Amino acid sequence: MFTKCYRGFSGSMEPAAWSSWGLPSAKQIKASISITLRRFKLQDSFYEIKREFNLAIKDIPEVTHEAKKALAGQLPAVGRSMCVEISLKTSEGDSMELEIWCLEMNEKCDKEIKVSYTVYNRLSLLLKSLLAITRVTPAYRLSRKQGHEYVILYRIYFGEVQLSGLGEGFQTVRVGTVGTPLGTITLSCAYRINLAFISTRQFERTPPIMGIIIDHFVDRPYPSSSPMHPCNYRTSGEENGAAYPSVEDSQEVCTTSFSTSPPSQLSSSRISYQPAALGVGSADMGYPVIFAGGLNAAHPHQLIVPGKEGGVPPVPSQPAHGTQADHERMVMCTPLDGALYSAATPSSSEDTETVSNSSEGKSGSPHNLLETIFVRKVGAFVNKPINQVTMASLDIPFAMFAPKNVELEDNDPMVNPPDSPDVESPLQGSLHSEGSSGSSTGNTHDDFVMVDFKPAFSKDDILPMDLGTFYREFQNPPQLSSLSIDIGAQSMAEDLDSLPEKLAVHEKNVKEFDAFVETLQ
Amino acid sequence: MNCRAEVLEISVEGRQVEEAMLAVLHTILLHRSTGKFHYKKEGTYSIGTVGTQDVDCDFIDFTYARVSSEELDRALRKAVGEFKDALRYSGSDGIGQISLEFYQKKKSRWPFSDECIPWEVWTIKVNVVNLANEQERQICREKVGEKLCEKIINIVEVMNRHEYLPKMPTQSEVDNVFDTGLKDVQPYLYKISYQITDSLGSSVTTTMRRLIKDTLAL
Repeated sequence: MFTKCYRGFSGSMEPAAWSSWGLPSAKQIKASISITLRRFKLQDSFYEIKREFNLAIKDIPEVTHEAKKALAGQLPAVGRSMCVEISLKTSEGDSMELEIWCLEMNEKCDKEIKVSYTVYNRLSLLLKSLLAITRVTPAYRLSRKQGHEYVILYRIYFGEVQLSGLGEGFQTVRVGTVGTPLGTITLSCAYRINLAFISTRQFERTPPIMGIIIDHFVDRPYPSSSPMHPCNYRTSGEENGAAYPSVEDSQEVCTTSFSTSPPSQLSSSRISYQPAALGVGSADMGYPVIFAGGLNAAHPHQLIVPGKEGGVPPVPSQPAHGTQADHERMVMCTPLDGALYSAATPSSSEDTETVSNSSEGKSGSPHNLLETIFVRKVGAFVNKPINQVTMASLDIPFAMFAPKNVELEDNDPMVNPPDSPDVESPLQGSLHSEGSSGSSTGNTHDDFVMVDFKPAFSKDDILPMDLGTFYREFQNPPQLSSLSIDIGAQSMAEDLDSLPEKLAVHEKNVKEFDAFVETLQ
Repeated sequence: MNCRAEVLEISVEGRQVEEAMLAVLHTILLHRSTGKFHYKKEGTYSIGTVGTQDVDCDFIDFTYARVSSEELDRALRKAVGEFKDALRYSGSDGIGQISLEFYQKKKSRWPFSDECIPWEVWTIKVNVVNLANEQERQICREKVGEKLCEKIINIVEVMNRHEYLPKMPTQSEVDNVFDTGLKDVQPYLYKISYQITDSLGSSVTTTMRRLIKDTLAL
């Protein structure tokens, strides 16, 4: 009936309004599949269709580039399926495969089918089904919540489908099947059911190096020949310094943006460290997506995030930043395989952590070093003057406010307000000059165990006067004068005595009070 | 030609009815919509592009993709809203069903009106449950989300069986196959109807037929 059927744009059709919460795997899969399907040499007229089957899909140039590279000019064939693996990687380096999308081709041909009409429409339907299915897999919900604790990675590869990483009981969904004159295309998804995380740490931790503070950021270009490299969705710059070419001339290049929950300052610095990298996704993604070509046994990613450890080195008596030296550790690392990952992990330990990496590398990435900035955090309620340690050892809440004389009958501060501490409070020390306070209370630090302090709802403590800093500085405020025994006791008696006089005065002014009340009504 | 019928069943809380119905209907219509046809000379036509967008449900842990057409969304919301109100005020035990029927028009000679021949009917049976406390509601949020995931997978499996679809029409017959009234998308001709079941299991007088397209044109 029609000799040619080609696509154009509806004049009134606007490009799709992409949500900022799109799933990266859908984009990669769509891009990969679109590229694969476009390469099918089915009919000359097929090549005239330059869009992805009547669907407004914003291609990510980097993803398209990677997909094309993975395709390497070939099509899926029997035993050589195109697979997109979606995995999760935590801030500690543990990873878990979440789902695998597989585009297979078998030899069952349908010679009679019309390409420009039937096959085209069915492929369009397949893409719509792909859109629908990508929102219902468990990985989608995980991807919506990624951030500091974990990120979602993807990898494109050709060959046999590797489902062993999905754990037991994984489920498979066949998205759709389209018969073509060259073979039958089948798109399926296998996704993990058991989301219990199992540590798959495959790297070694080296002993921490003490006292290292690295506070400069180095941009790490990614090796061009490595099969695994980050997908950082940069609008410009790649391993060769050239921007990824647009997929289609008339297609709008998807600019990257990070529009999900407000990034912490650490995330911001992470973004700056990896330019438009982890913190940047496509317009419909609001989370960092890292493209790793694959995580192999020789995973070079080494990120040391020890928990609370003993052997805390003594704090210098005159720390550079004052009595309560507040530092943060921000660990960023670039795995040797090119998978880019960074995390801010304030730890309970002090500057005993270190950064290390393996010297292995598939393609000899020149940037294997992990940068670490060590900042020590002082825990709450741990910085007390020496003479109050004994009181604290009695395990009394707010022991510093308790009266020094423990022989009092009633230690209830409400009844017997504690004396104002005679010693210099840490607050005073911190409020006054940093240098002098450091020397005066420096000796008190020896008895204290540094506890990592993470105030709730606070951002990572990079900038001064953040919530954590504020809390630490003002955690030991001076006593209120009204709570002191002398003043408190005397004022109570005086108040009681003066009550009748005050009542008499108020009774005289009853009319004024009534008039005031009437004005309020 | 036999009409293809698919039935989906789901149990939801009262406030989840609207979102659950919209999720299912939008997913079906995503697969049954194309871009606008623009006919040109020599019998050729161009097809517009369909945009999509994600919708996050407020009362269900679920996100679905729909066609990026506000007109279509409004039409579906109107129909689903009527169904929800009928469920709420019917006094029944909260059992009802909403049907999405795709049909073709067959021109008849005067004085006979055009015939509507359905070729695919999706029926969604809804059972509204009442929950006692917030914990149950939270569990319901997740469970209904999982159930909707299963329904979406079912829909996709049916869609990709590639069973009967109306042939692409000529310009003169496009209105017999597609709903050309929307300005940004062109779904197959469809209509939405619903039934409310009383406690005895029989359909009550609230059976209504809601036509999205102007019924007076028939």
